[in-house]
Amino acid sequence: MPKWFVPAAVVCAVMMAVAPVLIANAPYESTMGLVQKIFYVHLPSAWVFLTAAIVCGIASARFLFGADPRQDRLAWAAAELVVVFGIITLVTGPLWARKAWGVWWQWDVRLTSSLMGWMVSVAYLLLRQFGGPGSDKLAAGLALFGMANVPFIYISVNYWRTIHPTTSVVPTLPTSFGLPLWFSAVAFMLLFVLLLKMRVRLEEQRARLDSLYLSADA
Amino acid sequence: MFARVVWLVLRKDLMVEVRSLEIAYTTLFFAVSCVLVFAFALVREGRAPEDGAAGILWISIAFSGTLALGRAFERERQSETLRALLLAPAPRPAVYVGKLLGIVALLAAGEVVLVPLVALLFQAPLFDRPVWLATILLTGTIGFSAVGTLFAAMLVRARSRDVLLPVLLYPITVPVIIAGVRATTTLLQPELEVEVLRFWLALLVCFDVVFVTLALWTFEPLMTD
Repeated sequence: MPKWFVPAAVVCAVMMAVAPVLIANAPYESTMGLVQKIFYVHLPSAWVFLTAAIVCGIASARFLFGADPRQDRLAWAAAELVVVFGIITLVTGPLWARKAWGVWWQWDVRLTSSLMGWMVSVAYLLLRQFGGPGSDKLAAGLALFGMANVPFIYISVNYWRTIHPTTSVVPTLPTSFGLPLWFSAVAFMLLFVLLLKMRVRLEEQRARLDSLYLSADA
Repeated sequence: MFARVVWLVLRKDLMVEVRSLEIAYTTLFFAVSCVLVFAFALVREGRAPEDGAAGILWISIAFSGTLALGRAFERERQSETLRALLLAPAPRPAVYVGKLLGIVALLAAGEVVLVPLVALLFQAPLFDRPVWLATILLTGTIGFSAVGTLFAAMLVRARSRDVLLPVLLYPITVPVIIAGVRATTTLLQPELEVEVLRFWLALLVCFDVVFVTLALWTFEPLMTD
């Protein structure tokens, strides 16, 4: 493990412990009340979800054209985190929507494209799990297609219908709302980096173990 | 050279298919069963729901298309003919284009039967604007097959490929389904909204261009062992 890992993990743990206190002390939003606090978890996890997807897509493209196994391990680790943070986003979203919109789910552009992005990453993991030998390349191809697909889903559903609040409100938030938000966003991002590093390391050690077995056989 | 390889691959595929008609018959029958299942599920008191026809048409195309893709490449796998095809001193993208055209031809042949059937069973005025309908169907089919051909080809080597093909294909082809269904629904309205139709067609054409380019670009690295 790199030297920064343990201190960063401690910082992340402290931040995760402090974040609920900050969120609890943040003022109530006038129209939505308590349920608005979901947003302090929903938005950071959605950001991490998106970051992880971008990392997975870029690493996949680099693996496909460069054949560097390190990029493949990075893409795999990122895809798993896309699924994890995607679940958090897709569960917290409807919880909030039930109160704010009166329905659990809307076929809105952000919801639909998040769901489809999440589906692609689940398909990626299924392919890696059950595709057998050679599935690393196939999965990289899928990730590349998934990336190219995002604008199409976005445009098509956007033309169809949209009600989700836009992120343009974020910079205009008053400090009382903004501070807990940015705090938990940093905490989530740190958690993402730590998990990614840990997962990549696990795959690296697996690869090393495999090559050791091979050299022991030879 | 490129066009010649495309033509040879296409001719080979069509010749094999015409001699047995295996994929054509089975997928067509499957598509018809699909339409009937939806008819049983959706028709109330002898009447079909208002714009259900467009959705049912596209779902049948997508489902039967998946079946056709799976079979077309299963046939190439049996005696390792796909490997032979890839070993041939021919540009790989040309092999892909040949395969793609074969699949598009097969699906288009199925649509020729499917569209009148849906129009008949759901009393949908699908034939009022035949040129628009043909354009939508063609662009949609190309988009679906462009992704499908690449995925089916790369899954030939994978385990549990029969299950993985739809799992990978449907999330990626969602824009084709949305645009195809919306455009066809617009066609079924009494008043034709040309603006809306143009938007969906433009989206389908962009999808085709992007995904065919991407497939040509990735076919080589994906099909190399």
